[in-house]
Amino acid sequence: MSKKIIASFTVSRLEILDEQGRTDAELMPDLTDDDLVRLYELMLLTRQFDQRALHLQREGRLGTYPSVLGQEASQVGSAYALQNSDWLFPAFRELGVFVTLGYPLAEIYQYWNGDERGLLCPEQLNIFPICIAVGTHIPHAVGAAMAARYRGDPIATACYFGDGGTSKGDFHEGLNMAGVFQAPVVFIIQNNQWAISISRNHQTAAETLAQKAIAYGIPGIQVDGNDVLAVYQATREALQRARSGGGPSLIECETYRMADHTTADDAARYRDPEEVQRWQRRDPLLRMRRFLADRGLWDDARQQQLETEIDARLDRAVAREEATPPARARDIFAYTWTEMTPRQKRQLQQLRDLRELDHG
Amino acid sequence: MAEMNMVQAINLALREELERDPDVVLLGEDVGRDGGVFRLTEGLYEAFGEERVIDTPLSESAIIGVAIGMAAYGLKPVAEIQFLGFTYGAIEQLFSHAARLRSRSRGQLHCPLVVRTPYGGGVKAPELHEESSEAMFCHMPGLKVVVPGSPWYAKALLQASIRTPDPVLFLEPTRLYRLLREDVPAGDLPVELGKARIARPGDSVTVVAWGSMLEKSLRAAAGFDAEVIDLMTLNPFDAETILASVRRTGRLVVVHEAAQTGGFGAEIAATVAEDAILSLKAPIRRVTGCDVIPPLPLLEDYNVPTAKQIAGAIAEVLAF
Ligand SMILES: Cc1ncc(C[n+]2csc(CCOP(=O)(O)OP(=O)(O)O)c2C)c(N)n1
Ligand SMILES: [Mg+2]
Repeated sequence: MSKKIIASFTVSRLEILDEQGRTDAELMPDLTDDDLVRLYELMLLTRQFDQRALHLQREGRLGTYPSVLGQEASQVGSAYALQNSDWLFPAFRELGVFVTLGYPLAEIYQYWNGDERGLLCPEQLNIFPICIAVGTHIPHAVGAAMAARYRGDPIATACYFGDGGTSKGDFHEGLNMAGVFQAPVVFIIQNNQWAISISRNHQTAAETLAQKAIAYGIPGIQVDGNDVLAVYQATREALQRARSGGGPSLIECETYRMADHTTADDAARYRDPEEVQRWQRRDPLLRMRRFLADRGLWDDARQQQLETEIDARLDRAVAREEATPPARARDIFAYTWTEMTPRQKRQLQQLRDLRELDHG
Repeated sequence: MAEMNMVQAINLALREELERDPDVVLLGEDVGRDGGVFRLTEGLYEAFGEERVIDTPLSESAIIGVAIGMAAYGLKPVAEIQFLGFTYGAIEQLFSHAARLRSRSRGQLHCPLVVRTPYGGGVKAPELHEESSEAMFCHMPGLKVVVPGSPWYAKALLQASIRTPDPVLFLEPTRLYRLLREDVPAGDLPVELGKARIARPGDSVTVVAWGSMLEKSLRAAAGFDAEVIDLMTLNPFDAETILASVRRTGRLVVVHEAAQTGGFGAEIAATVAEDAILSLKAPIRRVTGCDVIPPLPLLEDYNVPTAKQIAGAIAEVLAF
C-alpha cells in the first residue's frame, strides 16, 4: 500500500518584451524588421479603429460596441502567426484579429452598426461569423480541424474566446474532444481579467487558465498578453505543431480589458480604477514603440505620419459604410433556408403592403 | 403607492420576497455587484449579501442546474439568465430535469425554481438578444411559462411564480422594461398563475396577447369595440377565459412577437377551433413575427408586429 505522486505538472509563462521595450535575445521570434514594424502598425490601426468606433457610438452612428482597448498585442500577435489557409473561429471581441487578417474595415463598422451584411466574409478569408453566445463556437473549431485533417489539408484552426468562455460546458467538451482526437486546433484565451463584472478570480478557482489544458492532455502555456512578441511566438509554435500533426494547444494571453465591457456597460460600478491604472503602465503599444525606437525603426515623425494615414483610412471606411444603401426587408427572409417558403413570401408581401416599405 | 416601471417593479418583487422568505436566493451572471445587466437586481447584493445574491461564473447550464439542486433541497432559487437566447445552452437542465423532477420522483421531489430572463426585441443588441421562442418552452409539460405585460402584473406574477412549487420560466419583455409606468403597491398583489385577465373589455372581437405585444394590442384596440385578453400564463393557459370571450364576440385575433409557424398563437387558434368554432363569425387571424431568425438592429423592426398591423387584422375580421 502506498500513496505516491503519480504525475506532476508545471505551467510556463512566456515573456519576451518587457515594459521598457527590452527583449530577451534568446527568446526573440524569427521576424524581420518589416514584420516588427508591421506588428506595431497593426496594433495602432486596431487602437485607432477602436477609438473611432467608441466615438461613432457616442454620436449615435454605431450600435453597442465592445472595445478591445488594451488587448491589441494579444490579438495582433496571435493573428499574425496565422496563415491564409488556416481557419479562424472568433468570439465577438476580436477586432485586432480581424484587422490583422485584412477584414475590410467598413464591414466591421457595418456589423457593429447592426447590419448583418457586415458578417459577409471576403472570399479569400476563412473566418467564421462572430459568435455571440459565449464559448459555444469552441467545438466548431475542433470539428473543422478534424475535417481538415480528414481531407489532408495541412492547416490549423484557431479559436478565440475570453476568460468567461472557459466556464462554459462547451469549453470542457471541445477541449476534451480535441485532446482525444489530437485535432489540429489552437485555443487562444483572451484573458482580459473580466467577464462583464465578474473578475478572473471569481470565474475559476484555478490559478491560471493555461493549466486547464493539462486535464485534457494537451499543451498549455500562459503568455504576457501585452507582449506582442511573446504572443506571436507562442501562437506560431502551437500552430506549427498543429499543422504538422502534433495536436491541439491552449494559449492563455494574460491581458486586460481597459474599457467598459461594452458601450452599454459602466465598469466603475464594479472595478477599482487603480487596477486600470496599474495596467495602463503595461500598455502593449507603448513597449513595442520603445523597442522599435531603440532599434532605430521608429520615431515621432513616423508615428505622426502613420496616425494621420490611419485616420484618413478610417474616414474612408466610415464614409463607405454610411453610404451603403439600406438593407432590404427581403434580407431578413432570404437566408433562413435554401429557398423562401410560400408562407415567408406571404409574410414579406404583407410587410410591404402594411408598412409601405422599400420594394427590395 | 409609487409609480414605477417594470424594472423597478421586478426589483421590488425580488426585494420583498428576499425579505419575506429566507429560502429565496438569487443567482446569475452579474446579478450581484453590478446589479444585473438591466439593473433588475440593483441594490439587492448590498442589502442581502453574497450568499443570497450570488454572482456566478459564466455558465447558464450550471446556473440552472445548480438552482435545480437548491430547489430540490428546499430553497427557492430565482435564477437570472441575461437573455432568453442564452437559456438555449441550459435547455437540458430545464427540460430534462427541472420540468420532470416531480414526475421522475413520483411526486416526492419538486422544483420551486424561477428562471427570469428578458425576451423579445427592443434594445437593438447583437444576435440572440431578441429571441421570442416562448412556444418552445410551452411544449415541455412540467414547466410553467409566465409573461407579464405591465409593471403591476410583473410584480404580482413574479411573486406568485416564486411561491409556486413548480419550475417557472418568467419571461420579461425587454421592450417594456422602461416603456410603461404604473402605480405598484408594496406587499402581496392578488394574481393567480394559470389565469388570464381581460385587460380591456369589448364585444365585437377578442384580441389575445401577452408580454411585449400587450401594449401594442391595447393601442390597436382603441378604435374598436375590441376585448383584449392578457394571457399572462402561457402554460398552463387559461382556455376558459378565451373561449368565453370568443363565444361572446365571435371573432379572434392572436398577437405575438414570435415567428408564426409553431408559435403559441397556433395553440390558441386550435383551442378555439375545437371548442368554439360554431361561435365564430370570421376566420381567426394571427399577427406575428415572420418565420425568420430575429434580425440584427437595423432590420429588427421589420420583424416585430406594429399596432397598425394589429389594427389591420382587427378591421379585417370585423368586416365579416
Ligand atoms: C452564453 C452567453 N451568456 C451570456 C452572454 C452575455 N455576455 C456577453 S459577453 C459576456 C462576458 C464574456 O466574458 P469573456 O468570455 O471573458 O469575454 P470578454 O467580454 O471579456 O471579451 C457575457 C456574460 C452571452 N453573450 N452568451
Ligand atoms: Mg474577459
